[in-house]
Amino acid sequence: MTKRPDQPAATARLDASVQGLIGTALDRIDGPAKVTGTARYAFEHQGDAPPLYGHIVGATIGCGRVEQVDAAAARAAPGVALVIADDPRLVSDSASGSEDALPAYTREIGYFGQPVALVLADTPEAARAAAALIRIDYTIADGRFDPPALHDAADPDPPRPLIPNRSIGDVDAAMAGAAFTVDAVYTTPHHMPAAMEPHATTAWWEGDRLTVHTSAQGLSGTQRMIAGSMGVPREQVRILSPFVGGGFGGKTGVVVEAVLAAMAARETGRRVKIALLRRQVAHLVHRRSETHQHVRLAADAEGRLTAIAQESIVSQKPGRGFIEPVAFGSLSLYAAPARRFTQALVHVDLPAASAVRAPGEAVGSFGLEIAIDELAEKLGIDPIELRRRNEPENDPMSGKPFSSRQLLACYEEGARRFGWERRSPVPAIRRDGRWWIGHGMAAAFRGNFTVESRARVTLAPDGRATVETDMTDIGTGTYTILAQVAGEMLGLPARDVAVVLGDSALPVSAGSGGSFGAGSSGSAVALACQTIVERLAERMGVEPDAMTLKDGHAIAGNRRVPLADLLGGEALSVEGHATPGAHTRSVAQASYGAHFCEVAVDAVTGEVRVRRMLGVFDCGRVLNLKTTRSQMIGGMIWGIGYALGEEGVIDARTGQFVNPDFGEYHIPVHADVPHLDVHFVGEADGWANEVGAKAAGELGIAGAGAAVANAIYNACGVRVRDMPITLDKLIAGLPEA
Amino acid sequence: MKSFDYARADSAEAAVADGGSEGTKFIAGGTNLLDLMKLQVETPARLIDISRLDLASVEATEAGGLSIGALVPNADLAAHEVVRRDYPVLSRALLAGASGQLRNKASTGGNLLQRTRCYYFYDTTSACNKRAPGSGCAAIGGFNRIMAVLGTSDQCIATHPSDMAVAMAALEATVVTLKADGDRRRIALADFHRLPGDTPHIETVLEPGELITHVELPPAPKGRQVYRKVRDRASYAFALVSIAGIVAVEDGRIASAALAFGGLAHKPWRDPAVEAALVGHTPGDAAFAVAADALLADARGFGSNDFKIPLARRTLIATLRELTA
Repeated sequence: MTKRPDQPAATARLDASVQGLIGTALDRIDGPAKVTGTARYAFEHQGDAPPLYGHIVGATIGCGRVEQVDAAAARAAPGVALVIADDPRLVSDSASGSEDALPAYTREIGYFGQPVALVLADTPEAARAAAALIRIDYTIADGRFDPPALHDAADPDPPRPLIPNRSIGDVDAAMAGAAFTVDAVYTTPHHMPAAMEPHATTAWWEGDRLTVHTSAQGLSGTQRMIAGSMGVPREQVRILSPFVGGGFGGKTGVVVEAVLAAMAARETGRRVKIALLRRQVAHLVHRRSETHQHVRLAADAEGRLTAIAQESIVSQKPGRGFIEPVAFGSLSLYAAPARRFTQALVHVDLPAASAVRAPGEAVGSFGLEIAIDELAEKLGIDPIELRRRNEPENDPMSGKPFSSRQLLACYEEGARRFGWERRSPVPAIRRDGRWWIGHGMAAAFRGNFTVESRARVTLAPDGRATVETDMTDIGTGTYTILAQVAGEMLGLPARDVAVVLGDSALPVSAGSGGSFGAGSSGSAVALACQTIVERLAERMGVEPDAMTLKDGHAIAGNRRVPLADLLGGEALSVEGHATPGAHTRSVAQASYGAHFCEVAVDAVTGEVRVRRMLGVFDCGRVLNLKTTRSQMIGGMIWGIGYALGEEGVIDARTGQFVNPDFGEYHIPVHADVPHLDVHFVGEADGWANEVGAKAAGELGIAGAGAAVANAIYNACGVRVRDMPITLDKLIAGLPEA
Repeated sequence: MKSFDYARADSAEAAVADGGSEGTKFIAGGTNLLDLMKLQVETPARLIDISRLDLASVEATEAGGLSIGALVPNADLAAHEVVRRDYPVLSRALLAGASGQLRNKASTGGNLLQRTRCYYFYDTTSACNKRAPGSGCAAIGGFNRIMAVLGTSDQCIATHPSDMAVAMAALEATVVTLKADGDRRRIALADFHRLPGDTPHIETVLEPGELITHVELPPAPKGRQVYRKVRDRASYAFALVSIAGIVAVEDGRIASAALAFGGLAHKPWRDPAVEAALVGHTPGDAAFAVAADALLADARGFGSNDFKIPLARRTLIATLRELTA
C-alpha cells in the first residue's frame, strides 16, 4: 500500500481488515429489493389520489422563433386537465453546472425539442395525444447544426475550460527534427448518455413544501436548482433519489422534466408525474460533444517521445459552460519534453454538450492511443514496449510525484494474461475462415479527485449501524461499499449495517459522478466511523489503536465486550466530513489501466466482432471486488459501443437527432459482448483519501475503444480514425473479397 | 397515443367482415404496430384483435409443401422441425431477425406487414410520404444509411425490414388471404409487396379488410440454402444487406438459383437477370461477377447509403461461393 506521511487512522483500520469485509465480492445489499420490485424508482410513487401526467411539447425546429402557439384543441382534448403553452412558467433548457435555476422560458429557439408547452392529463397517453394537437407557428432561422463546417471560425481559447490550454516546449520544432512522427486527425461523433431509466420525476406540494422524486446522480445541486426555479428556499424542497436506473453523466444536472413537474404540481395542486420519452432524452438532456482531434507525436530513433500534441475542436450551445476536456486522459500519460494540449470551441444550435461517461478520456484516448499504435508500427517496436519507454517518472505536466502508478504492472500483467506475445506485429496476417483476427491494446487513465462529502453513522443501542447520506447509487454499488466500509471500521458483519441514501434531508455528499463517489462518500463514512471507534475506545479505557472491533465486539487485551454493552442503551451518532485535504495538492493522483482486445473482421463485409477483452487496472483499494469488476466490465462494454456503433446523427438541415432510440443508436447487445476479463493490480493509496480507493468507474471506458480500434487495424490492416468504426469505413480499405 | 376502439374477432370471417372500415387495423403480436401507435406514426381508430383465431399451426400441404398459419409465432416457425430440415434458409432468416422476446410474440402475417424502419418515418415532425402522403421525403438529402438503393422513387427510398420475407421470396412462397367478401386469394410473395412509386404509403396489394390467413411454401427446393445478413451489430439490428440464396449445382453447372435480397429495396428484391446470369454456368467468380453486375446495374445510392452497393456486390459473390463450394 502507498502511505502518506500522516497516514489517517481510518485508512490503517481498513488496511488491517480485521472484519474481513472490505474488498470482498459481497453481493449488492440492495439486490433483493431491485429484483423483487420493491425498490421504487422516481416514476413509481403513485400516491393515494390519481396523479396527473405531463407531456413536454418541444419545438420542431432547431433554430428560430416561436411566433404563435394554438393550444385550443389540446385544451379541449379528452382527459386534459391543463395546458401551459408559450408561457413564462415554463423553462427552456436543462442545467448541469453551478446554476441556481434552469433557464427561463423563451420564444427564441436554440435547439430542436426546446420546450414550448406542457400538457397535463389523466393518463400519459391522453397527454401525448393532446400534445399532438398543439399548433406552433415559427419563423425559421438558419441554424449552426454541423460543427465541422464551423471549424474555421472556432474560438481557440474559449472561456471556462475544464482543463486550460497548455503548451510546454516547442512541438513544431520537435516534429521537424524527429526521426519518426505521427500527424493525423481523429474524429468522434455525438454520444448520448443513454441510461435504461429515462429521466423521470414525481412531484407534489404540501403547503409551501415540495417533494420531488427524481432520477438524479447528485441531490444537492438538484435541490438548489429546483428550489431556485420554483423561487422557494431550498429547505422547503426535499429531493428523493434512492434508486437510479443508470446515469452515465446524463443525470448530473437537472433536466426540464423535474422543474416542469414541480411547477405543474403547484399550478394544479396535484401530484404530477413526467417521464421523458426515449426520443426526448436525446434532445432534452445533453450530448457528449463530437470531437475533432489533431494529434501529433514526435519520437527519436529509440522511440522516446520528444513531443505530444493533441489539439481538439469541440462544440457547445451558446451560454453553456462545459467544454469536453478531450486531453484529460492524455496530459500525464507519457513523458515528452514538448507538450501541447488545446481545445477550441464552436458554438452550435444543438442540444447542450455536457458530461457523458468519462468526459475527455473516452474520446481523447481514442485519438492519442491510436496515434501511439501508429507510431509503434512506424518504429517497428511493440506498442507496449513503446509505452514502457515513455513512462514518466513524475507527472510530466506538474513535475509532482505520482501518489501511486502501477501502469507498467498493468501492461505486464495484462500482456501475460492475454497472451500478447502471440500477437502478430504485422497486420492482416491471421485468418480464421472468413474472419481476419487481430489484437490491440491501449492504456487507460482517469484522474482521481476527492470531493467534499458528508455522512452520518449511527450505532444503535443494539450495536447495529446505520449509514445515512444523500449520496446516490446509480447502479454502481454505493449501498454495498458503504456497508462494507462501515462494517469494516466498526467490526460488524454486513447484515448489521443499514445504508440509507438518496434523500436530500441527509448529510450532503459528493454525489455520483467523475468516478469520485466511492472514494469521497466512503471517506466520509470512514471518518464518522473513526470518531465512533475513538469513543468506544474511551469506554473501553484504551487507546483506539489498542482496540480491535470484530463481529460486534470490542476487543482489547483479554477483554471482549459486546458493542451493545459499551453503548449502555444509548445510540452513538457521528457525522463524518471528507475533504480533499491539503496533502492531495503535493502529489499527482490518477488511476491507470491497460485494455487488451481480440477482434474478428469479416473479410467480405467488414463486420467487426470483439472476441475477447481483458482490462487490468490500478484503481487503488478495491472496495468490493464484484461491484468494481462490474463497473469495469460496464466501461469496457462502453468501449465496444463507442468503437463500433454509437453515433448520434444530427440532420444538418434541421438540427435534430435522426436516430434517438435504441433501435438505431447502436449500443452493444449481448451478442456483441464476449467474455470480458478484469484484473486489478492496484493497492490502497493513502494519498487518495481515507479509504485508499482511486477513481474506478470511468477508468474502464478510457482507452477501451482505442484497444478495439487498434485490434481492428492489426486484424485487417485498415486504419480508421473516424469513430465509430462501421463496416462501410472498413470495406473501403479491404481488398476485393 | 390516440384512443382507439378494440374488438376481438371470433373468426377470420368475422374479422374481415369488420376489418375494411376506415381506420381499422388488425393486430396480432403487436410488436410493430403498438410501437408505432405510441409514437402516433400509426393512429388507428379501431383495432381488431385476431390473435386468438385458429391460425397458429404449421401443416403439410397436398402438394408436398408447407402451410404456415398467419399467427404462427416467428420463434415457433424457426424451430419447426420441417422448416429446419427442408427450409433452413427460412429458419435462419427468422433467427437473424429481432430478439428472442420479439420472435416469441411476432406473427408470420404481421412480419410480412411490418413497416419500414426509416428514421424519418418514425419521426412525426419530419416529412415522409409514407406516413403523411404528399409531405415529401426527408430521407432524400438527409441521413439515409439504412435506405434502399434499388427500386426507389423520388417519393420514397425506404426499405422493407423483414428477414423472414426475404427467405420466403427466395422460396417462392404464396400468401393466402381472406377478403371481406369471403373470397380467398393466393398472391405470390414476390407480388405481395409494392415498390414505392408515387404511393409509398400503399405497401402491399392487400385490399382494405383483407386478412392474411396462411403462407404456403412449395415443396423443399433442390440445392443448398443460405441466409446471409450483414448488419451493424451482432443482433437486434436490421439488415444493411441480406441475401437468401438457394442454389443447386449439377454436373459442374448451376442447375437452379433463387436469390432474394433484403436491405436494398422497398420489398424483398428478386431479379430474374441475376438468376439468369448463373443458371447453366460453371460456378466461379466470373459468373458471380456477372450476377452482381446484373443485380446492381440500376443501383443508386443517396449519400450515406452509397456503401450498400459495393457491400451487396461483395456479399453476393461470397454467398454464391458458399452456395456452390
